[in-house]
Amino acid sequence: MEKKTTYWQENLRLIFICLTIWFVVSFGFGLLLVEQLNAYRLGGYKLGFWFAQQGSIYAFVGLVFWYSAKMNKLDKKYCEKGS
Amino acid sequence: MDELKLYTYIAVFGSFALYFAIAWWARASSTSEFYVAGGNISPLQNGMAIGADWMSAASFISMAGLIAFLGYGGSVFLMGWTGGYVLLAMLLAPYMRKHGKFTVPEFIYDRYYSKTARVVAVVCLIIASLTYIIGQMKGVGVAFSRFMEVEYDLGLGIGMGVVWVYAVLGGMKGITYTQIAQYCVLIFAYTIPAIFISLQLTGNPIPQLGLGSTLADGSGVYLLDKLDMVVTDLGFKEYTTDNMGGTINMFAYTLSLMIGTAGLPHVIMRFFTVPSVQAARASAGYALVFIALLYTVAPAVGAMARLNLLNTIQPEAGQNLEYAERPQWFKDWEKTGLLKYEDKNGDGKIQYVADKDANEMVKVDRDIMVLANPAIANLPNWVIALVAAGGLAAALSTAAGLLLAISSSISHDLMKGILLPNLSEGNELLSSRIVMTVSILIAGYLGLNPPGFAAGTVALAFGLAASSIFPALMMGIFVRKMSGTAAIAGMCSGIGITMLYVFQHKGIMFIPGTSFLGGMEPNWFFGISPNAFGAVGALVNFVVAFVVLQITGPAPAHIQKMVDNFRIPHGVSAIHDH
Repeated sequence: MEKKTTYWQENLRLIFICLTIWFVVSFGFGLLLVEQLNAYRLGGYKLGFWFAQQGSIYAFVGLVFWYSAKMNKLDKKYCEKGS
Repeated sequence: MDELKLYTYIAVFGSFALYFAIAWWARASSTSEFYVAGGNISPLQNGMAIGADWMSAASFISMAGLIAFLGYGGSVFLMGWTGGYVLLAMLLAPYMRKHGKFTVPEFIYDRYYSKTARVVAVVCLIIASLTYIIGQMKGVGVAFSRFMEVEYDLGLGIGMGVVWVYAVLGGMKGITYTQIAQYCVLIFAYTIPAIFISLQLTGNPIPQLGLGSTLADGSGVYLLDKLDMVVTDLGFKEYTTDNMGGTINMFAYTLSLMIGTAGLPHVIMRFFTVPSVQAARASAGYALVFIALLYTVAPAVGAMARLNLLNTIQPEAGQNLEYAERPQWFKDWEKTGLLKYEDKNGDGKIQYVADKDANEMVKVDRDIMVLANPAIANLPNWVIALVAAGGLAAALSTAAGLLLAISSSISHDLMKGILLPNLSEGNELLSSRIVMTVSILIAGYLGLNPPGFAAGTVALAFGLAASSIFPALMMGIFVRKMSGTAAIAGMCSGIGITMLYVFQHKGIMFIPGTSFLGGMEPNWFFGISPNAFGAVGALVNFVVAFVVLQITGPAPAHIQKMVDNFRIPHGVSAIHDH
């Protein structure tokens, strides 16, 4: 029982980290801070504009794979033994 | 028949033949195959199928055009329609797969131990899915009439027939394998023209990099800077900073699309087709890769098409194109009524400016940006033919997924689950096929006679998914104590406030003249447009559910135990009927 609780706590911690990044790259960099970031450039892209139309999407892809890999490790650690 | 038409027929009917062959090979023989493809799809295959399922006629045909005219404001669609998959992968899909049932309303029924909750979920699902299908059916009709010069009605009929064959025959199994083929067709059709155009404009074959590169004309000016300069010269808002309705509106809009995406049942259902919780997480990742492939190309297509269009009309500042010298594609699209020119000052030249009184391009339909793009860039005929097949693949694959969501919720949730619990598997299978046939007929009828509210209903589909389905599912997983009474109260108030807001600004059932507050922006709550209101509805749903939970007490112990069980992937079983 306790094992299950720790598993869930660790999952929640991971989700919290991922969703924080999710929020920062899209709503943060792409929307709320867009004007400040637009002062910098990435090639021909204004940086804030790049986050809104390109960067946030790449970050989402990375996040889902990272979460998935981390969770696979957690699954092995907590759930393989027992039955 | 000219060469282009011949290629188009080959591309379109060749792709149909492929779908039929797949449908015959993958026909379903049990309810498990019909609803969840036997639960045996690999994450990679499922990711592709989700990509096709998700990317509709709107993503393929309209989105780049929307971005072309909204500029930075169009980012809400890019972030909103991809960010939802992060939520799906972490908050919903793995746990719902672990629970192992066939449909979304069935999950809600088990979790909230209430037939009322199940019926509310079915109703939301049907409204959201049906409104979506109308758009796909219209897309099919439009693609046929534009590219093959077939009557809209006949084109729509052919599309209905094609979907009927592979969806009714194959169920989820047939749909899954055809969606994989359709994904390949649509991504190929979308990126090939984009690569050519990026190469022409910037010398860089990768559109995502081309958009951030300098122009190939030797000026050394960045493409986006040039675009900003050209549009502001003509009096339009600057492309890279034009924020649609202000930051709060864009924020709410993006959030609504994200949670709406995560709450759309036809997408969630696809996660029931994989063999394990790990596979459910992985398929969300693959799906997002396949979706991102189109979604990161779209802003390049939009910006480059806008620049091409403006450069055609005004090759150099102050030197406007003579109307008599307009290119062939211009004439072709004038015939369809999607481009309209009116020589207001009588000088025979084309003035395309932001000022409504001086503007002579009285209509530039945004869909042209994708449909005419290959022609504007002078691409070979086989590329143009591909676009037709790609648009049809996008519309048909989404329609099939939606039809399955509707038919499974009626035959499995309403009939087997509530009205006729003793229905045998064979009869349930038969009834799903009949329900699906009827749904196709209804969708076709609505596509032929689009109700006046068709345009406004996409907002409703996302609003419903965001304000009812997503919060109910999320709380069901993450709040162990959440009770049925509280969840139903939350769902009903979420839907209620969203519908009220949409209707009060857009008219009751979208009938013009019945909107009691009018469509006027000053009346918008914090400047949030009706399309962006789903996020507020979701917030209301959460708050009401928690307040009611405090008053009425937590869910029974066996339900809390069930929640504990589906939070843990251990011992994942094959998908089963109860």
